[in-house]
Amino acid sequence: MTKHILSVLVENKFGVLARISGLIAGRGFNIDSLAVGETEDPTVSRMTIVVDGDNKVLEQVKKQLNRLVDVISIQDLTRGEYLERELILAKVSVTAKTRPEVVDIARTLQAEVADVGVKTLTVVLVGNTTKVKTLLDLMAPYGLREVVRTGRVAIGRDGAANAG
Amino acid sequence: MKKMKGAQILVEALKREGVDVLFGYPGGANLPIYDALYDSDLKHILVRHEQGAAHMADGYARATGKVGVCLATSGPGATNLVTGIATAYMDSVPIVAITGQVRTYLIGNDAFQEADVCGITRPITKHNYLVKDVRDLARVIREAFHIAATGKPGPVLVDIPVDIAQAEHEFVWPEKVELRGYKPKRFEQGHPGQIDKAARLIVGAKKPVVYVGGGAVMSGATAELREFVDLIGAPVTTTCMALGIYPEDQPNSLRMLGMHGAAYTNYAVQYCDVLVNVGARFDDRVTGNVKTFSPNSKKIHIDIDPASIGKSVAVDVPIVGDVRKVLKELIAEIKRIKKKPDTAAWWKQIREWQQKHPLTYEKNSSGKLKPQFILETLSEVTGGDCLMTTDVGQHQMWACQFYRWTRPRTYITSGGLGTMGYGLPAAIGAQFGKPKERVVCLTGDGSFVMNIQELATAVDHKLPIKTVIINNGYLGMVRQWQEMFYKRRFSHSGIRPPDFAKVAEGFGAKGVTITRPEEVKPTLQKVLADDACWVVDCICDESEKVFPIIPPGKAIDEMIMDMA
Repeated sequence: MTKHILSVLVENKFGVLARISGLIAGRGFNIDSLAVGETEDPTVSRMTIVVDGDNKVLEQVKKQLNRLVDVISIQDLTRGEYLERELILAKVSVTAKTRPEVVDIARTLQAEVADVGVKTLTVVLVGNTTKVKTLLDLMAPYGLREVVRTGRVAIGRDGAANAG
Repeated sequence: MKKMKGAQILVEALKREGVDVLFGYPGGANLPIYDALYDSDLKHILVRHEQGAAHMADGYARATGKVGVCLATSGPGATNLVTGIATAYMDSVPIVAITGQVRTYLIGNDAFQEADVCGITRPITKHNYLVKDVRDLARVIREAFHIAATGKPGPVLVDIPVDIAQAEHEFVWPEKVELRGYKPKRFEQGHPGQIDKAARLIVGAKKPVVYVGGGAVMSGATAELREFVDLIGAPVTTTCMALGIYPEDQPNSLRMLGMHGAAYTNYAVQYCDVLVNVGARFDDRVTGNVKTFSPNSKKIHIDIDPASIGKSVAVDVPIVGDVRKVLKELIAEIKRIKKKPDTAAWWKQIREWQQKHPLTYEKNSSGKLKPQFILETLSEVTGGDCLMTTDVGQHQMWACQFYRWTRPRTYITSGGLGTMGYGLPAAIGAQFGKPKERVVCLTGDGSFVMNIQELATAVDHKLPIKTVIINNGYLGMVRQWQEMFYKRRFSHSGIRPPDFAKVAEGFGAKGVTITRPEEVKPTLQKVLADDACWVVDCICDESEKVFPIIPPGKAIDEMIMDMA
């Protein structure tokens, strides 16, 4: 199984997210994450969909999405060079003793310490999948109280050939 | 410019789209639309149940190739359309369904007769619209017809709240449709390189088979298909969606394939070396077990919908395009190559299979009426000059097998969804679309009662539709599966039918009941010659089964031929 990042341009209208998520659920495709936001053109939104599956599954996902009238275009970013980032908020359990260690790990990974409480500490990290995983692995022993992730967003690199 | 109400804009837009008839039922949320229809010369057919309206629009569309239109109110009216919309979606039938909706400010409030119809129909429509601004209405209707009719056709729903239908605005008809996410024309012309590959594969074939589906009918490719088949001298088989596109009385025809196809047809498909799929979709009723389906053939697949190619069966030469256009190019290319497949040995093999495993039934076992005999007689009496709609089950398959299909768009059936209750309303829609055709609704005693209320609609409009019931007191196909695969445990498949002839009379139609073989021909001749709406109740042998049958999960050459 390989992961593919699909960058999908859609009409920025009500109901479009429901159409896409409904199609994905109805056809039984597995997705890792889905992130939506307006683009430089306010009438267009971009969805970044991370799909799990072999090439046959991916072809079907792309073709089925393409059938939707509100889908303008689909790019498989994993076919070329791309940049990807995810934002993660992690609330970690701390004691007076472990707090400096947690802050230290956050700093090393260039994560921001966004909130400090008596029993918890919240860090914010923007990074690729590897970096997000490292943060979670390192924080896990202290106790992850709550984790909030945006899902991945990605963009093709300048000059890179990104075939549809 | 003069202002019009939303409802009047709708009516005007329907006229601009060339709508000549719509099927519907009024209620609270579409009253403004019905008020506008009151002043209009648009022909409206009042149905007896909204499901009937959707099937009528569908039957009209299949018979004519034009977009069918149905109209319902919000909530229950709209949800009653759902089965009809899903039926059209599965068979790629262009219909536009218009529903009333509660006022915009009430949407989401669980208002009286409110249902989220766009939400409900999202997976069973090609596209749908909730109109939230009267300024969008004309454009939306234009787009709805465009989307329904182009590319791979399908149903489009337009949901119009009461206040939008009442709001006033000028009528502005868009010059053309512009949808940046929907460009079906892009796919119409097949890729020349792929067509070239296909042509070379075909002329080099020793054992070709042409397998034709509903896409060929929709693209209007009858002439091209016949030319193509005759040019390469290949056997041709069709799904039930394409019956008649190639005349079954011609020697190249192998008639229908699949679960209840002829044995010789399934053998040919299984052992061919080149399989040319023309607008079909390798449906599970055709392939049986996909893993063992036609294992040694190179497969060419022509389809307007890229998503239909490679979905269930891997294809060697995919050609995305309009069937008619692609066939034209393919014919030209084969003519350029000046070579034809050498099929003499292949035909010899097929003729042997045909001799050994003809499509037949036990003719004189019980003295009871045989459904197959009724279909054969109907075929003989009409000479193929009839348009038949069916319901779903055994009768539907016997019609495929024992009627000789010679013209496209004359066998109208719910192939994909398999909707019982489709036949009668589809017949009504087809009759409105084709007033000169002799329309026969072939049904079963189970299916018929599912939308029997539409007899009232048929009688109202003096439609000369003939309903022929294969009445065996059972849900026959369910009974057959229980007998063959569930140890004869006939769980709830017995169904006591009413006296259909009397029921017909109650609706103002004419009814007759027959029980003996010798009554079949004279009765059919009599009712077909009559202008009235008739119901012919044929009391049949309940033990009769549809053979051959490919058992579930088996390969297509593992058919059961009979119970012996």
